[in-house]
Amino acid sequence: MNDVLDLKIKATQIRLDLINMIYESKSGHIGGSLSSADILTVLYYNVMNIDPNNPNWEERDRFILSKGHSVEAYYSVLADKGYFPKEELKTYCKFGTRLIGHPNNKIPGIEMNTGALGHGLSIAVGMALGAKMDNKSFRVFTLMGDGELAEGSNWEAAMAASHYKLNNLIGIVDRNKLQISGNTEEVMSLEPLEDKWKSFGWDVLTTDGNDIEKLIDTFNAAIASANDKPKLILAYTTKGKGVKFIENKANWHHRVPTEEEYKAAISELQELMEVYLNEQNIK
Amino acid sequence: MNKISNKEVISDVLSRVAGVDKDIIVLASDSRGSASMTSFAEKYPQQFVEVGIAEQNLVGIAAGLASVGKKPFITSPACFLTMRSIEQVKLDVAYSQMNVKIVGISGGVSYGALGMSHHSLQDIAVMRAIPGISIIIPADRYETEKMMSSLLDYEGPVYVRVGRNPVEDVYSDLNYNYEIGKAIVMRQGNDITIIATGETVKIAVDASDKLKEEGIGCRVLNMHTIKPLDEEAIIKAAHETGRIITIEEHSIFGGLGAAVAEVVVQNKPVPMKILGIPDEPAIAGNSKQIFDYYGLSVSNLYNVSMSLLK
Ligand SMILES: Cc1ncc(C[n+]2csc(CCOP(=O)(O)OP(=O)(O)O)c2C)c(N)n1
Ligand SMILES: [Mg+2]
Repeated sequence: MNDVLDLKIKATQIRLDLINMIYESKSGHIGGSLSSADILTVLYYNVMNIDPNNPNWEERDRFILSKGHSVEAYYSVLADKGYFPKEELKTYCKFGTRLIGHPNNKIPGIEMNTGALGHGLSIAVGMALGAKMDNKSFRVFTLMGDGELAEGSNWEAAMAASHYKLNNLIGIVDRNKLQISGNTEEVMSLEPLEDKWKSFGWDVLTTDGNDIEKLIDTFNAAIASANDKPKLILAYTTKGKGVKFIENKANWHHRVPTEEEYKAAISELQELMEVYLNEQNIK
Repeated sequence: MNKISNKEVISDVLSRVAGVDKDIIVLASDSRGSASMTSFAEKYPQQFVEVGIAEQNLVGIAAGLASVGKKPFITSPACFLTMRSIEQVKLDVAYSQMNVKIVGISGGVSYGALGMSHHSLQDIAVMRAIPGISIIIPADRYETEKMMSSLLDYEGPVYVRVGRNPVEDVYSDLNYNYEIGKAIVMRQGNDITIIATGETVKIAVDASDKLKEEGIGCRVLNMHTIKPLDEEAIIKAAHETGRIITIEEHSIFGGLGAAVAEVVVQNKPVPMKILGIPDEPAIAGNSKQIFDYYGLSVSNLYNVSMSLLK
């Protein structure tokens, strides 16, 4: 599925699904999930070489959700791709479920258990290094938060990735400029972030991380690059993207919407969905 | 039901004293909200250090601050402080004997369905094996207040673990003797002893009251300090009651139960039962569901007591 409009519809459906999960279970990380919904959609429906019917296929591209708290968006995508029944999303965070509040590799399609920040990139380096050792052509993707980058382990991994010339590794930073306590530049400044990655030997590509079309182009450019550097996609996003009153507000990191807020969020996204569906009919 | 969590008490006490003692410094790692420290950060911006999501850096910085005479209180989730930063705890704080208070918030299974990454069920085991650091788990808000008064006068490394939500009171006021390293007898009895810590003290007390209705004298020890451990109280209980049950929000390995067993087998061997979370990633659910599932409940404690008494 390549059509940009189709992917916009997908991303909107993912947003609706994840808000339902969070509202039903009264737990979850709404801001970061909404912010990364477009990135995950493009990865899973356009970029990655995967087969949901064969989740352990050896040649599959690997993905690690380093910012594991955005699990609601991730589960929604995986269910829609057919890794497990969509119905199971209703068990999210309920007693005895396998759909716990962070990625769990007992679930088909999930490679690694994450949840503590600052682990994904090291794991991705190991996977990419293993691929090189065995002359395999799969690629490794990992999605990190920007606040997450304060963990020193990321920079140890960044160093290793360029040292081992892991051009089969693509890191993505969900650059929404917010973390739990507020603006990243006030909590622990990251800028100049692009220069930091470059100085660690990475190719850096910047894009609008909530624009499906631009994301596709950026991933294509990263994959097409012929040099031996690891690639970092600095994806500028809006935390809470898609629901106006949630957008760009630190306190929506892990707030659960009230009934009123829930209804407002759903109807805003449904309106957007109508617009896309009309466009599709006109086509 | 009490509405004040133990971490709020810690924050209140620090807010009260920080105006007078300018050496008190609170440190956080994008955790000020969950640690109830937002108001402290606003009130004392000069005495608040934010390090971002970087728990190793957090503990190292606190050690450095202590070495130049500050009195740092670290407030961050227990799961990350006692795993991610454990080498900084072992070397920079404990080995170097720096006056750092490490407050692990949302301890045990407080984070419920967020999974093993967010549970701290190995923290007692890990911390206990490190020389030079004390371990304290308060039972309720009153005890947290007593603990804080003691800690303000206590020079040296301490790890404190508190849960996320308010816990039911086990005390009704501050009118009792509290001393770091001394167990508190919550209920007298000579048939059996339950030794509990933190949120399980309430369960133990309720179980003892239930056993009393059957004419069984069940002693309850509140072991708020896991290290240094009150060996004397344990040995006395072994001699006088002949049976011991421990109950804790921790792995059955290496925690309160193991600490008590080490004392019991080497001094006065008696039948024991260790209740805690078994050796598996805890089942998904809220902390009440998790407690019930693994038998950290009044009814199970009652049943286990009855079978030990047979
Ligand atoms: C090691 C570790 N420390 C702290 C946390 C708690 N935590 C969960 S999400 C979060 C903020 C993440 O911010 P960011 O990386 O910017 O993610 P996003 O804005 O995309 O949600 C924190 C501190 C954690 N999960 N892991
Ligand atoms: Mg962010």
